[in-house]
Amino acid sequence: MAMSRDEIFQKVSAVLVDALGVDDEEVTAGAVIRDDLGAESIDFLDIMFRLEKAFGIKIPRGELLPDNVANDPNFIKDGMVTPEAISILKQKMPHSDFSEFEKDPQLDHMSKLFTVNAIVNYVEGKLK
Amino acid sequence: MRWYWIDKFVEFTPKQSASAVKAVSLAEDHMHDLYPDFPMVPHSLIIEGMAQTAGMLVGEARGFCEKVILAKINRATFHRLVRPGETIVYTANVEQLNEAGASISGTVSVRPAEAGMPVELVAEIELMFSHIDKNMAGMEFPEHNFVFTEHFTELLRVFGIDTNVRL
Repeated sequence: MAMSRDEIFQKVSAVLVDALGVDDEEVTAGAVIRDDLGAESIDFLDIMFRLEKAFGIKIPRGELLPDNVANDPNFIKDGMVTPEAISILKQKMPHSDFSEFEKDPQLDHMSKLFTVNAIVNYVEGKLK
Repeated sequence: MRWYWIDKFVEFTPKQSASAVKAVSLAEDHMHDLYPDFPMVPHSLIIEGMAQTAGMLVGEARGFCEKVILAKINRATFHRLVRPGETIVYTANVEQLNEAGASISGTVSVRPAEAGMPVELVAEIELMFSHIDKNMAGMEFPEHNFVFTEHFTELLRVFGIDTNVRL
């Protein structure tokens, strides 16, 4: 039987609690993985390993969290992510909500695209 | 002193598992650093021994081309102290391995100094390793592999594992 969205959320929450040492109640749907849950760069690899194990899925490199976009000088102008880059990011991250980010697309705000909800969306898509 | 916290590999199955041993001697300085008159191996160095055992396993899986660093101690649960005269046995198993890194689960046990005593569990340890060139976009590291130095790969050569490291 297919896993419900709530069941996926509970499992994702358990993964984040284990990986980041946060409390259950901190893991809300809108929580930003880096800013609200305190993840550091190395934690993202840990989170991916744990998600793979918890859900029995494979997460190809760059699929959940695209790399190198932020390092491409053509995609950043004056500290802002260009519309071209946003368009590419949207294709690469259909699981993320860009509505708030697009209002003020500063490079520093990119981390806000990676929320608990984005992970749940991604896993839900993988399990279909 | 060389930064060896294992003496010898006793089992090495590429991409799967490895076991290494270390004989614990009263002559080692660190045995006396924690408590006066109560020599023991610090837990941090037991974790380091597991990291060396597991790190070689992770490095060998990609022909020692990656710079493998210990990125995270996911869990380290200790059940027993390790005292002089005992032999530590590290067993590491690859849980996950991909181009970005690896996760490892392992157990640490000891053969007690007293004859006829059974092997006892010391610790359960879970580690995560990162291939830093794949995870630190924008940062540059030396081209040569400063992780797997000749000293470490010698441990595997002694065990008959080919290690073609670019030094």
